[in-house]
Parts: sequence; C-alpha cells; structure tokens
Amino acid sequence: MKEMKSQTLQAQEGRNAGFGTALSRVDGAAKVTGQAKYAAEFTRPDLLFGVVYTARIAKGKIKRIDTSRALAMDGVVDVLTHENSPRVTHFDLKLKDMSAPTVGHPFRALDSDDILYPGQPIALVVAETLEIARAAARLVDVDYEWQDFETDLKRATPFVPKVPGVGERKPKSRGKAEAAFASSPVQITGDYHLMPEHHNPMELFASTVFCEDDGRLTIYDKTQGVKNSHCYICNAMGFKRAKVRVLSPFVGGAFGSALRPQYQLWLAALAAKKLERSVRVVMTRQEMFGHGYRPECYNRIQLGADDQGHLKAIINSAVTGTSSYENYTESIVSWGGMLYQCDNAKLDYQIARVDTATPCNMRAPGGATGTNMFEIAMDELAYASNVDPLELRLRNYAERHQLKDRDYTSKALRDCYQRGARKFGWEKRSPEPRSMREGHELIGWGMATGVWDAMMAPTSVRATLHADGSLEVGTATADIGPGTYTMMTQIASDATGIPVERITAKLGDSDLPFAPVEGGSATAASAGTAVQKACHALMKQVLEQANQLENSPLSGARMEDVDLVGGRIQLSENPAQGMSFSEVFTAAGLDSLEAKKFGRPRMTRKARNTHSAVFVEVRVDEEVGMARVTRVVNAVAAGRIINPKTARSQIIGGVVFGIGMALEEESLADHRIGRWMNHNLAEYHVPVNADVPDIDVIFVEEEDHEASPIGVKGVGEIGVCGTAAAIANALFHATGKRLRDLPITIDKLVTD
Amino acid sequence: MNRFDYRRPSTLAEALSLATDPAVRYLAGGTNLIDLMKEDVERPLSLVDVNHLPLGNIEDTVEGGLKIGALVPNADLARAARITQRYPLLSSALLAGASPQLRNAATTGGNLLQRTRCYYFYDVATPCNKREPGSGCQAIGGLTRQHAILGASEHCIATHPSDMCVALAALQAVVHVESARGSRTIAFEDFHRLPGDTPERDSNLEPGELVTAVELPAESFDIHYSYLKLRDRQSYAFALVSVAAALRLEDGIVAEARLALGGVAHKPWRDREAEKQVLGQAPGREAFGRVADTILAGARGQGDNDFKIPLARRAIVRALDQAARAAPQRQVEKRIS
Ligand SMILES: Cc1cc2nc3c(=O)[nH]c(=O)nc-3n(C[C@H](O)[C@H](O)[C@H](O)COP(=O)(O)OP(=O)(O)OC[C@H]3O[C@@H](n4cnc5c(N)ncnc54)[C@H](O)[C@@H]3O)c2cc1C
Ligand code: SF4
Repeated sequence: MKEMKSQTLQAQEGRNAGFGTALSRVDGAAKVTGQAKYAAEFTRPDLLFGVVYTARIAKGKIKRIDTSRALAMDGVVDVLTHENSPRVTHFDLKLKDMSAPTVGHPFRALDSDDILYPGQPIALVVAETLEIARAAARLVDVDYEWQDFETDLKRATPFVPKVPGVGERKPKSRGKAEAAFASSPVQITGDYHLMPEHHNPMELFASTVFCEDDGRLTIYDKTQGVKNSHCYICNAMGFKRAKVRVLSPFVGGAFGSALRPQYQLWLAALAAKKLERSVRVVMTRQEMFGHGYRPECYNRIQLGADDQGHLKAIINSAVTGTSSYENYTESIVSWGGMLYQCDNAKLDYQIARVDTATPCNMRAPGGATGTNMFEIAMDELAYASNVDPLELRLRNYAERHQLKDRDYTSKALRDCYQRGARKFGWEKRSPEPRSMREGHELIGWGMATGVWDAMMAPTSVRATLHADGSLEVGTATADIGPGTYTMMTQIASDATGIPVERITAKLGDSDLPFAPVEGGSATAASAGTAVQKACHALMKQVLEQANQLENSPLSGARMEDVDLVGGRIQLSENPAQGMSFSEVFTAAGLDSLEAKKFGRPRMTRKARNTHSAVFVEVRVDEEVGMARVTRVVNAVAAGRIINPKTARSQIIGGVVFGIGMALEEESLADHRIGRWMNHNLAEYHVPVNADVPDIDVIFVEEEDHEASPIGVKGVGEIGVCGTAAAIANALFHATGKRLRDLPITIDKLVTD
Repeated sequence: MNRFDYRRPSTLAEALSLATDPAVRYLAGGTNLIDLMKEDVERPLSLVDVNHLPLGNIEDTVEGGLKIGALVPNADLARAARITQRYPLLSSALLAGASPQLRNAATTGGNLLQRTRCYYFYDVATPCNKREPGSGCQAIGGLTRQHAILGASEHCIATHPSDMCVALAALQAVVHVESARGSRTIAFEDFHRLPGDTPERDSNLEPGELVTAVELPAESFDIHYSYLKLRDRQSYAFALVSVAAALRLEDGIVAEARLALGGVAHKPWRDREAEKQVLGQAPGREAFGRVADTILAGARGQGDNDFKIPLARRAIVRALDQAARAAPQRQVEKRIS
C-alpha cells in the first residue's frame, strides 16, 4: 500500500503526535499518580497469599521436608512441596517458552526432590494473609543431602555448545588469524572479565491468579510477553487456552528478566490449580537472585595490526556460564569481528556449567558484554599503535558487515563518530595517559563504538474505529518502560490524523492479537509497523464507506487524494470538502470498523544493525581512587526516531546500565557454599543519581525502510553497548592503569 | 518474619517496664530492625515502639555542650543550626550516610545500634557467630570486602556500619541510657565493643537498657575538621573506609587531634597513641602519614579487603590534610577536597 499522507497534527491540547514528535508518555499521569496497577496490586477478597521457601544448599536432594509446624499455624491453607503438588507436564518441549534455550530441560518448581541451584524454591506456603504465610514459612524444616557443586566459572569446564541456543549463530571465522597475528608488528593481548549481574528491576516479580466462578483463570503476571506466559502456563499445567487470560498492563522494569516466565507464575498457578482458589505469589528482592542473570564472562582478545593501526588479525575466544540443566548462550565474540575491516578473524565461543539458575537475557545480552570488552581491546590497540582511539576506529571502518559479508540496510556510524566527537570536544584531548588533571583529580577522556542488532518480529495489531471518532489499537505486546503505549498511540495518530487524546493503545492482554515478547529492542519496529498497517487498512475502509454514501463529498476519492486531519477525511485539493469519521459512521449506520493486520520484516539480505559512538569523561581522585563519570556524549544511529523524548530516555537508561557495568554492578557468590551473598539493593550496587552526570544524546537519523517498514531500528539496548568500554578507556587515560576486570571498583584503582 | 507483640508506650517508665525480657526490641525508625525481622535475623517476641516517648529534643547542657534526644531523626540532626554551626563534623557524617528518605526515618538511638551489614549475618542459610553464637563465622575465608582490618577476632570480622558514630567517637560523645534498674552514662569509646569471643554483642548496652540521649562535650572542632567517606558509589553506600578528623591548631601547631575510622572495625576505631604523635607538630602530610602508619600497624586483611589497608592510610592522610587546611569534605560535593 502506498505510504499514506499523514499530517503532523495539532491536537486539541497542542500536542503534536506525528513521527518525530516528543510526545510525553500517554500513561505518565497514571504512573505518577499510582493509577497504573502492577501484577501484585490486583486483589480480591478471597485471595490467598503464597510465600516461597528456598533451598539453603547449593545442590543436592531434599531428604525430608517437614511442613507440619507451618501447617499447624492458624490461617495456613496448604504448604506445597514436591511431595504434594499437582502433577505437571513431563515433556520439556511443552515448557520451552519463547525465550528458552533450545537445549535443556526447563526448570520445574516443586517437581522433584532435586536441588539444582542455590535459592531454588522448594516449598510454597499458602495462607489467608501475607503475614501468616510469611511467619509460617520460617517453620518449614528441611533435611538436605549435599552434592558436589561448582558455582565458580573459573573452575568450570568449558565446552562448545553443540546446538547453538537463542541468539547464538556459530561465530564465523575467516582468513588465517593466528599467522596474521604472529606477523603483525603491533600486537595486544588482553584477558577480560565481567562479573555476573542481576537485572534488579524496581518491581518485584509477581503473579496474581484469580479463579473465576465459571472455571476460567485470570492471571496478572509480571512479564515481557503475555502470550509467552499464557502459552507456557497452559502447556505446563494442562489448562485449556481459551479458559486462561494473562494480563500485564504495566511492568515496573524487567531488562530481560521477565522474557521467560519466572517461577512465581508457576507456583501461583500450581497452588490455584490444587486449591481451586485465587492465589498471589510475590518474590522478595532476595529471591530475585534465584532466577536468571547476565552470565559471568571470560574473554581473551588478541589484536594484530600494522604500525598504522590497520587491523590484520582478530583472535577472540570467550566463555560464559550456563546452568546444569540448560544451555544458555550469547553472542559475545561476533561484535568485533563484525564491526571492523579485518581479513583474518578467529572467533571461538564456549559455555561452562555452573550450579546456578539458568542465566537469561539482560539488556543487550551478549552485546553489552562483547562490544564493551572488544572496545577496551581496541583502546589498547590505539595506544600500542600510537593512533588516536577515534582515528583508529575510522581507519578500520567497515562499510559491510564483516561476518556476513553483506551490506547494511544503513550505517551512519561515521556521522556518529563525527557529531559525537564534535559535541564532546574530542580534538582537545591530550593523548598521553595521566596528562590531564585539575587539582587532586586526574581527568580521562575515552571513547568506544557501540553496535547492536536492529530486529523486528511478526506482530499482529487490531485497530478499531468507533462511531464517536475514537480509535483503539491493540496487540499483546508489553510496555516494560520504553513507552510502548505512547509509541503505539503516536503511530496510530500519525496514520489516521486522529488526535492522541482520542486514541487508546491496548497491550499486555493475551486476548489481544499476537505479539512476541518485548525484547531485543524490536517492539517499536514490530508493533509500530503493525499499528501503521492496521490503521492504514482501517482508513481505507472508512474511505470506502464514504465513497458509497449518497451525495458523498468524497465520492470517487482514492487514498492518495485525501488527507486525514483531526478525525476528518478530506480532499487534499479542497480541504473544505470532506467528512468527519463520525459523519461517515452515522450516514453509513455503522457502530465501528475494524482492521487487523500483521506486520512483518521486509525481506532483505542486508544486515540490520544500530550503531553508536560514546564519548566519556571521568575524574579520579589520584590519592584515594574514587572515580566518577562527569560527562557522556552518546551519538546513536538507529534509523528513524519516533519520539525523541522517550528514545532519549532509553539511551540514558542504557548509559546508566553502562555506568553500572563499568563501575558498580556485580553479583558476589561465596563459591564455598554456592550462594549469591549481596542479594539486596543495599549491597548490589546500581548507579544512583549522584553517579549519573548529564547525558548528551545525539540521534543521527538514518532513512532506512529496509530495516523495518516504518524505518525504525530500536533504541532499547544500544545505549549499553560501548558505554562501559568508553568509561574503562577513560579510566586508563586518566590513570594509566589498564583494568580489564569489570566492574572497576575502588580497590582496583587504589592498589598497584 | 515471626509473629510478635507490638506495644506503644507513652512514658519512659512504661517503656522500660515492658522491656525486661531479652527477646524484646525497642522500635525506633525501624529502618534496620524491620529489615532484619523480614530476613528472619531478628525474631523479637515483642516490639516496644518508643516513637511516642519525649526523646525528640536537642538541649544545651550547662557544660556548654548539647544533649541530643534518642529520637531526633538523622535528617533533623544533620540540619539543626546548633549542629551545623558548632559540630559540623557530626552534620557532615550524618549527611554522608544512607539516603534522604532513610535519614528522615532513622533516629539517633537507632543509628547507634544499627547492626553490621556483613552479608552472612543477613542470610540465615549461612553460619554466623553474631547471629547464632557458636555456629561459626562464614565470612572468614569468604567474601570480606566489607570486613574489618582492625580489632577483628577469629570469631567475627564484622564492621560497624554507621557514619554518625564515627563522628561521635571523634567528638568524644557520651551516651545516656536508662533501664528499669536506673540510669547511667557510657563514654562513646566504651559503647561499642570489639567482637572477641562474644560477637553476638555489638555494644555494652545491657538487655532492656534504652538509649535516651547522646551528649556532646563543649569542644566542637568547628574549623579544622573533615568527614571523608570512601565507598563503592557516590552516594547511598556504606563506607569501605571513612575518617572523621578533627584538629585544634594553636599558632600553626597541633594542640589537639582526634581521629576515628569507620568501615574498618567492629566499632568506630580510635587510637589515642597515634593521635598523640602529631601533638606539638606543624600539620603536614608526612606527620599525618606517620599517624596512619601507627594506626594501621596492626591491620590485617582478610583477602578481599586487603585493599582497605592502603586505602585507609591514604584516607587518613587526606582527611587530616583537609582538616588542617580547613577544607572539610562537603557531602554535596563529589570532588574530594
Ligand atoms: C539501604 C540502607 C542504606 C544505609 N546506608 C547507611 C549509611 O551509608 N551510613 C549509615 O550510617 N547508615 C546507613 N544505613 C543505616 C541507617 O542509618 C540505620 O538503619 C538507622 O540509623 C537505624 O535507625 P532507626 O531509628 O531506624 O533504628 P531501628 O531500626 O528502629 O533500630 C535499630 C536497632 O536499635 C535499637 N534501638 C533503636 N532505638 C533505640 C534506643 N533508643 N535505645 C536502645 N535501642 C534502640 C533497636 O531495637 C534495633 O535493634 C542504611 C540503611 C539502609 C536500609
Ligand atoms: S563476620 Fe561476624 S557477622 Fe559476619 S559471619 Fe562472621 S560472625 Fe557473622
């Protein structure tokens, strides 16, 4: 269908809503006034409360579990354990949710006496009040049998995953990297390490399962995909799909941790199934260390170059952790090999089993780890070859995707470098480490490149226009914070000319048309394309209805002859000649019109990626080693920007993630007992306001209708990629200390 | 969390009479106690909520000092004019701690008695002598980034997490306590303890004793002072090492020196012998370095926390230098002065 002429409309309250408008979040008021309800906030008088009891050993068997004292407490309804839980499916395939690794046996809570990892749920105490459930949970008594375990990736045995899992195409090597490295006049070798990170979204994981009188289940779940939860829980528990509805209207952050259904959904559904009563289960912050996380990574990178810094060889081999029961894999080593012009690249990737819960996607999974490590290596090469770090990237700039050997749909990375550098003032940098200071403080300037995928997934949207001129667009996607409601509203407004106030976006409901999980920065492109298609189809219907009316002012008009303005359809040549949607509906005797459309990626052989150039200033107190980020410029090329305000927030959030990765975040395990020990927000450090300077975000727009039909590439994750490296590189520039172990905490800066 | 009784007395006598059982806890701001109850670390039979007792005032003393009621919130104390003007070291230490929301809720008495942040103490799945006497200390040989480099024992290597208390130690405050048996005062240095073989006891407070006030002596160090806190992020993290430094200079010579360290021991750490070393000398980094060396002569790392020894040395020198220069660390300033 021909691109429909759209108008940047001046809505009643002066709010523009076309593409590129900085529309404030349509759900903002609901959120700040507490009207937006989250999974744990839905309640009914007969609701039961489930409190989890987790294993106190790392691995082994439950020898005996005594729940009698808990059961004896007034108000306790049941204590579910592996001994008394309803049977669930035994087919692994049925439990493969949309984000599950392809190889492995998905975890089933309360299914056997096996303890696979520390913090595994082994009982659910269900009571009439939360307080009673909590008090009773401490009365559960368990005898364990310990088995040998290993939680330390350093000591685990790496292997090549036979069937690559989600996100991992086997990294493709090229040329003769080892020989090329050996003969390179400039060589660097670095061993990089990233500590495990837990997502720690603000909202706790929660599921509220309501048993309806007619036998149906209504489930409020914290999830990045209601269809995923719906399909998974029906398969697992043997519920009829038509009798279950999963809702997730608001999500208080997830960062990937809610891509896979988490165990609270399983437990709440299990209890509801057994007791035939409504149940809510909410995890504690501590329990949220008992599910997926960003895996630890060891990564050796060797770069060979000529004395001008032109890359001759890339040798990159990485190991990340997975669990004992699933093969979780990430793309770690592909990024450097993709990004830079280099004939010889040897890329190896292995995983190793540690006895933790299966790691899972966390904002830019693989990319955050891989790009940041590779970009530290590039910085090392810059110093080794005595070339300015930015210049080094330009000398090795690749016009084509180096792994696939294909063109890009678009790649405005050069502009990112240029505009980012100008804004930052990069040309004023003095090249030597430790050469910039002010008082007690060493100042460092560092930069890095970021790269991430521009993904899109098939998504279906229903658009409904009502006789009063209001429009509803719905799909079962999620809004985990990026502003999906706003994006959908805005694209619908753009496509129909209807003011945003008259548009309702619906999502987070399994009854809505299909959408995949909200992940991979793909939702704006995916749901956005489908919203546009459905709205266009709907407008066509309206025009057809108008065409058919007697004495229609629009008789004979085709789509290309009309404009859609403020709820009116009118001739472009003569705007006075037209009808409002309500007039059309009244005249045609209609209540509503509906269009449902599927958005799909365009077929192309070209590579689709987003890129960025990140420039950072750090200051480090020379004596005591306290470091802080004082300036960030992040220039991003991610196709067309639907809403610069929400898009900027995404990049800011990504940069904050990068600050955490570079300086603060690490999940600390005591490997003697195999337990995460800093399992709370006082001790697991994420950046606070005082750690975050003003962040300058530049969008370098790309005109690209191959990446996605609406030209959007997605901005949810690119902000993390490169940022941590730019910080680490700035720290080197400030202090002359090359630190390859993230996060770079004060102990590493203060000791020699 | 266990089940417990809740009482809310309105007079001191009533409160004291309700707290004769060792399994009773006074509840003040609750920012530490309630967390520990949720983690099942504290399992009181009964909570005596002291928030309605008349302990919320700051009074002048006849000796020229101040008496701070146990219920004065950390936030109010930090901003009280008499504190910011006369005891800026205390104000600064308070503002270095926690977050504005926590400081609004936290009280003077509660801050004194907050418990260690040792990961193992907080996790009932691990042995901990402080939580369960005789069960062992899982921290030793484990994750010890937070732990003590001074005064630890083979039974416990925990640190006291308070910032406020580090300043109070340097200022030589006096703690007023009362119980059904009567009242007494405790010098600040004697209030908290080293772990020895009874790490379950953080302080020398007897069961049932209520802190009613903290008294500051007249000597206030309002020019040459600094509270320097080093931590894992710019705000809202416990100290890895902190230093409260206070000097009195007469004709450019050190007439009095006070130094207390946080984050390094089971109590705010003072070393009077070391302090004496600078008396009669001109302030200077070399002299301060010697003080640091004396303080840290007996320091021992546990592995993860080895870095605290050089870090503490640098922090001591810097904080004393800041104090000597009358350039105290400002807590709103991220740059270290
Ligand atoms: C996330 C987080 C970060 C923090 N960061 C810091 C920090 O950086 N620096 C810092 O110094 N602190 C920090 N704190 C700790 C905070 O300062 C303490 O929790 C607070 O001071 C405790 O005061 P409260 O009134 O809430 O005590 P409560 O929690 O009410 O009580 C604590 C203990 O003191 C006892 N108690 C209370 N009042 C009395 C009394 N009058 N007499 C006898 N016993 C009493 C209680 O029985 C209990 O055992 C942090 C806390 C949290 C949760
Ligand atoms: S250091 Fe003290 S508080 Fe920590 S585990 Fe050992 S005994 Fe317990």
